Amino acid sequence: MDSSALLTEAFFAALISGALLAALPILFASLGEAISEQAGVLNVGLEGMMLFGAYAGFNGALYLHSSWLGLLAGIGGGVLASLTMVVLCVRMRLDQIVVGVALFLFAEGVTSLLHGAQFGESYPRLEKPSELAIPLLSDLPAVGESLFSVHPIVYIGFALVFLVSWMLRRTSTGLNVRAAGETPAALDAAGVSVVRTRTWAVLACGALAGLGGGYLAIIAAGSFTPFMTQGAGFMAIVIAMLTRGKVLWTIVGSLLFGVSLTIATALQLAGITIPTDWVQMLPFVTVILVLILFARRSYLPSALALPYVRGER
Amino acid sequence: MTTPDSTTPSRAAAPAVELRGITKAFPGVVANDDIHLTLRAGQVHSLLGENGAGKSTLISMLSGMIAPDSGEILLDGRPVQMGSPRTALDLGIGTVYQHLTLVPNLTVLENLLLGSSTSVMLDFHAARERFAELVARLGAAIDPDARADTLALGQLQQVEIVKALWRDTRILILDEPTSMLTPQGVAELQRVLERLKAGGIAIVFITHKLHEAIEIGDRVSILKGGRIVGALDEDELRSKTPEQLKARIVNLMFGEGADQLSGVAEIEIRPLTPDEPRDVSEEAELEVSGLSIDGGDDEMSLHDVSFVVHRGEILGVAGVDGNGQRQLAQAIAGQRPIHAGDIRLAGESLRRLGVPERQERGLRYLTDDRLHEGIVRDESVAMNMVLKRIGQPPFWRRGTIQPSAIDALAEELVDRYETRTPSIHTRIGALSGGNIQKVLLARELAFDPRLVIYNKPTHGLDVKTASFVRSQIREQASQGVSALVISTELDELLAICDRIAVMSSGRLTGIVENGQDAQARVGELMVA
Repeated sequence: MDSSALLTEAFFAALISGALLAALPILFASLGEAISEQAGVLNVGLEGMMLFGAYAGFNGALYLHSSWLGLLAGIGGGVLASLTMVVLCVRMRLDQIVVGVALFLFAEGVTSLLHGAQFGESYPRLEKPSELAIPLLSDLPAVGESLFSVHPIVYIGFALVFLVSWMLRRTSTGLNVRAAGETPAALDAAGVSVVRTRTWAVLACGALAGLGGGYLAIIAAGSFTPFMTQGAGFMAIVIAMLTRGKVLWTIVGSLLFGVSLTIATALQLAGITIPTDWVQMLPFVTVILVLILFARRSYLPSALALPYVRGER
Repeated sequence: MTTPDSTTPSRAAAPAVELRGITKAFPGVVANDDIHLTLRAGQVHSLLGENGAGKSTLISMLSGMIAPDSGEILLDGRPVQMGSPRTALDLGIGTVYQHLTLVPNLTVLENLLLGSSTSVMLDFHAARERFAELVARLGAAIDPDARADTLALGQLQQVEIVKALWRDTRILILDEPTSMLTPQGVAELQRVLERLKAGGIAIVFITHKLHEAIEIGDRVSILKGGRIVGALDEDELRSKTPEQLKARIVNLMFGEGADQLSGVAEIEIRPLTPDEPRDVSEEAELEVSGLSIDGGDDEMSLHDVSFVVHRGEILGVAGVDGNGQRQLAQAIAGQRPIHAGDIRLAGESLRRLGVPERQERGLRYLTDDRLHEGIVRDESVAMNMVLKRIGQPPFWRRGTIQPSAIDALAEELVDRYETRTPSIHTRIGALSGGNIQKVLLARELAFDPRLVIYNKPTHGLDVKTASFVRSQIREQASQGVSALVISTELDELLAICDRIAVMSSGRLTGIVENGQDAQARVGELMVA
């Protein structure tokens, strides 16, 4: 086998475009999870929120014939799902992990049930959304088309990461969010409502997870299939935990998972065949490797997953 | 009296806050009962009381954390509703809580901006100026860009004070501000308070230490069992000698003649009368040599700690909390791996021995983390008494539990240590802190101890229990049991120890013979 076969244009094009498609849902979700965790709410139901977003997004795009309206519907689905978290965990102070797991299981069941009732065994496909080609850059060899001729939400996604990073560091809302996760009593004593701060953080998380799900259904897959997130939400939770509050790292993390999810396909294009078992294993092996290598890096806010009760020490 | 004269240079007479008939009850206890209190601008008002006297409840109401059941709070003569911390802050009431409330992973400036920013963007520039102004007013020096968790406790407290003053504060509440400070730190705080007073701020100074209450306060109110049982005004504070004041306050707190009772007087009056110098054996019981512990990123490391505890000696370990005392105690007890050095008990190296082997050889550890490390909350008093003897006869035989043996032991110990519990089968979590400590003490002191490590043995206890614990430590010592007493209360160490070692930043900075000038020398070593 010739190793130069790896370095063909087709290989790179497939790897990059595939990695972007696979990375974006994880990027959105892990960004949302990072915000929520910074505020002290561990959102284990992230996968469920993504599924709701995927289902709502798909329906939006299908019936409204617009990828943008579809993505908006996806956000709506995620926000609705996160409202459960807000009411049960932030307001009523139930256990975040139990509620999160319940939300995930509920989402799996409900979305596949609804899909089954709606379409039976058929999986209608969406028309491919138009892409935005950036002049000149998109004409670059090998990487041009895959990097610079994509749906505009990709650019927006990366911009959002920088925006959130800036918000957390430089705005009063960001400061409140960080305090809510680390020392909520300090935030309360400073006269800011912990419940309100956490509520907004969880809703933002839901919106971003929903957007990620919507992207997955509308742009990456072009259809909705039950359980289609395939653990992306859980990978996003891992990434969010490893970012230690520096959300720019979500880009690195999600691209790493994106590459591991697509490298097999790209290798096949390059003429190298590997068993499908290996292919399907790769993302999970990556999770384990990342955890082994970087687990010590992970720092979780002190008050993560702890409901706040005023005056309790 | 005519209309208030606003041209008077001294605003000391103006009541800034008035509490009228404040009452607050929690399930099963009236924490505050009909409290009347007047705070004046430019004065420090000391609020003195034991733990559980209702001090914290009172300031929680002043700072808006909880609402009173009845009574009213008047600010400048107008009644105000204090619904939330926000309202209190808006009214100009700033609080420095006993447990620091800074967010450790934020910088000093970010902590100060928390909640105080009205715009979306954080205005670091303006904050920097305000910080410089307030720090100058305090006469302190703090780097505004340092992360809060890198500052020393004294500095953290100064940041808390700056935070409390941030929004044009006129009333400053300090909840037990001296509990974590060195003697020098307390002096520093006193200077800061003088400057704030001169600026016309009304200060509430909460303490359970009598001498601080009268040294720092312009007026003193004494809280006991949720009621104000007495008050001293400026004239009285000025006209009487400290000894007269102390006697008067002790009488107010405990009734006439109470200052004669050694148990009460011992904690409340300084200088505590140290025990008669005792004859201590020259024989080394515990030898710690070159002990080093790697604390990693999160905990204090110990560096080359060496000392000897003789048979029957009480060696105190002084130092500001968090300077490696707990690590030292856990290393000796066997609960923490050591990096270098050796620990010998009666000549035998403990280095390779685990916790149970060390216990077998007579080493006991009274933890400072009573509620988590010390007890299993949902188990009975009796079961907690034998928690460290699980599997051993006569309480366990062939793997089965022997309730009658356990109960017999528990009955005896509860009796001997005057533990107040409905029954030995009561869930231990339902007991008060003082009684839980008595159970722990009983457990560690039973079965012939050789050396006991007491980690903050009286922390958070009421006066009577604290005195009981101290007398137990001394009694054990007189029977030849050595003691290593770790405490942040220097007065306590001065009262019971033969010698006092001082820890600072994970090092042993020196050992002082207890005596005349011990206090000053220990204070110097604390900041060495």
